[in-house]
Amino acid sequence: MPPFNPLPLWGRNRRAHPIMLMPAGSSDLYERRKGVYPKAVDGFYRRLKWAVMVVTLTIYWVTPWLRWDRGPYAPDQAVLIDLAHRRFYMFAIEIWPQEFYYVAGLLIMAGVGLFLVTSAVGRAWCGYACPQTVWTDLYQHVERFIDGDRNAQIRLAKAPWTPAKVARRLLKWSVWLAIAFLTGGAWIFYFADAPTLQQQFWTGTAAPVAYATVGVLTATTFVLGGFMREQVCIYMCPWPRIQTAMLDEKSLVVTYKDWRGEKRGSLKKAEAHPGDYGDCIDCNQCVAVCPTGIDIREGPQIGCITCALCIDACDKVMAQVGRPRGLIDYCTEDDAEAERKGAAPRPVLRTLLRPRTIAYFTLWCGIGLAMLFALGARTRIEISAQQDRNPIAVRLSDGMVRNAYTVKLRNMEARPRPMAVTVEGLPGARLWTDAMTRDEARPVLAATVPADSVAKLRLFIALPGAGPQRQDFRFAVRATDREGGGDSEPARFERPQ
Amino acid sequence: MADDKHIDAATGTEFKGHEWDGIRELDTPLPRWWLWTFYATILFAIAYTIAYPAWPMIHGATRGMLGWSSRGALDKELAAREAQVAPIRKAIAETPVEALPGKPQLMQAAVEGGRAAFRVHCVQCHGSGAAGSKGYPNLNDDDWLWGGDLATIEKTIFDGVRNPDHAATRMSQMPAFGRDQLLTAAQVDDVVAYVRTISRQDRLGAAAQRGAKLFADNCAVCHGPAGHGNRALGAPNLTDGIWLYGGDADTIHQTVWNSRQGVMPRWGDKLDKATVRMLAAYVHSLGGGEAAPVVATAKGAGDAGR
Repeated sequence: MPPFNPLPLWGRNRRAHPIMLMPAGSSDLYERRKGVYPKAVDGFYRRLKWAVMVVTLTIYWVTPWLRWDRGPYAPDQAVLIDLAHRRFYMFAIEIWPQEFYYVAGLLIMAGVGLFLVTSAVGRAWCGYACPQTVWTDLYQHVERFIDGDRNAQIRLAKAPWTPAKVARRLLKWSVWLAIAFLTGGAWIFYFADAPTLQQQFWTGTAAPVAYATVGVLTATTFVLGGFMREQVCIYMCPWPRIQTAMLDEKSLVVTYKDWRGEKRGSLKKAEAHPGDYGDCIDCNQCVAVCPTGIDIREGPQIGCITCALCIDACDKVMAQVGRPRGLIDYCTEDDAEAERKGAAPRPVLRTLLRPRTIAYFTLWCGIGLAMLFALGARTRIEISAQQDRNPIAVRLSDGMVRNAYTVKLRNMEARPRPMAVTVEGLPGARLWTDAMTRDEARPVLAATVPADSVAKLRLFIALPGAGPQRQDFRFAVRATDREGGGDSEPARFERPQ
Repeated sequence: MADDKHIDAATGTEFKGHEWDGIRELDTPLPRWWLWTFYATILFAIAYTIAYPAWPMIHGATRGMLGWSSRGALDKELAAREAQVAPIRKAIAETPVEALPGKPQLMQAAVEGGRAAFRVHCVQCHGSGAAGSKGYPNLNDDDWLWGGDLATIEKTIFDGVRNPDHAATRMSQMPAFGRDQLLTAAQVDDVVAYVRTISRQDRLGAAAQRGAKLFADNCAVCHGPAGHGNRALGAPNLTDGIWLYGGDADTIHQTVWNSRQGVMPRWGDKLDKATVRMLAAYVHSLGGGEAAPVVATAKGAGDAGR
């Protein structure tokens, strides 16, 4: 009797899966990941990256804790996306959901801003300010602190899993996890009052979505910053592809000046045959420091995020061997061609001013100014009126006809405002609400609308029973405080047929 | 079967035996994880049909070991909702209806609750917009048979109209003047003419003048000498522009000849106190609601019909 086989469909063939029969490595669908262990480096661009990291992380972690006094009726958090109440606060600006086009405008500005930056300084976003870059940088710094620099890291990666290695790994992962938790944790403070939410968070009374958000963002930060790193830039992110399409021959890219560097050779060889070798001593420092593990000497490539660390590394080596700096440097393709033909290197700043960058900059400023103008000129009072449809008209005992309306008064200021509602185009019409009797009806109805909210009124109008079946008029509202302002809305009065 | 001809050289996998234009299909085995997932779904399906109602039987279906049912789930949801609004209902039930407007939040809750209850219990006669129809009063207007303040509306809803089984019910009995031969046919015509006059639909003529006398003798006891009605008796105001059954001569003639005996259920028997109170608040909010009776009496009885 054959032994029990739980996998009859599979077991009938009793052969390995075809994939397993393939020669190792020859026809894998995916390229095997090479370990990247970037070496520490110091220099101008490394310091610039430190500065950008400090600034961006400070902005990220400090912003929710900034306060901004908006008076007693609005939250005092400087930047707050209040989803529950559908308000977006940014310092002096408050945006209601129907004003979401300001956010759309900001996104368009961000898009044009990226065009501008890309056409001027290439993939500077990728190299300096992208969260993936900033957090990976931070994680790598932690890694160097715990595991040592490049060579020690490579040794440790190859080492067997001894208790010492396990301890080191656990320590590193704990620090990473702590950073990831702080990263994920800070995000939620943009969506609620930060001090309150922090207290709720630690006492376990915050909303489940807060914990879920922190959990997801902690996990993604930990995985993306700790393990996936350059894979995100090379495989996952669409931006390198878009940027590659946007770069032109006048964009700054990190360039290995091969006409100066080739033919590569060690100092010894160069000393032996001075004429045959270029400035590159083939020390591989540019490869060792690269956070995405590429060799810039192979030319521009999608893996290059233009972080310029190879420039720092190469400059240092050039200084040590007494050759001029800039064998690897920021350089446009046009300038590279010119230099190849013998022109002197052009200062980097000179490359920034050109029609394309000026056009993007003008567009960017134009959108910004238009939004500022719109923000300054927007009305802070609105009225809307909806007529009762069932029944449309009610005949009253004295023969008059009554129509009812649901009128909404929107006060978008962070303070209560007195308003007056009137009717334009219905001579003799008087208004009353469901809180008043008809005897109290009056031509002008006063109402105080609470700060930053919508007041809903049910308004009645009664007119003589004889008249046109339909009369168009307008509901008007104006603020009766010093600041004034107002709005009006068309409506109609109907009589039964 | 497994001879060399049927094995693909590159992968070592058997062919299915089909061939299309030189393209042959490999009998590639399923990945193991896929197969396990497949078995797991089968096990899940079996467990599911045991745990939940599934198999159709002759009378109904298996009930499942968890005892779940869609009706039970609905009941649970309704009970949860009920528990949620219970404090509000309790507060409404404990607040006298006249005191509701003094608590705007409670009043608003009552109006909204009443709106929902009205959709269930009242729209059949009064219409979804409470605009009524012939014989069923329009609750939006300012004409009330029994009174339009909160307490009176609540009592009308609670006790209903013309429920013979309950002493407290709203009861107005207009005689069938023609059918019961209290008035002759000619006299009924005269009264109708007079009623058409006081409601300013016709000019005063000879018939109406005759009718005035008849009205004073037969009708004024309930409808008042001027025809302004009497809410204490549920007698409608005959001088205003609103007619429950119609103000044309034929309809008024029918009304006088046969009388009208519209009824409304006694909702106090069917609904709890809070629901009746919420219905009163809703009806009062429709636009014709009147202030509390203290104010109404202060204004004077002459205003009562307005």
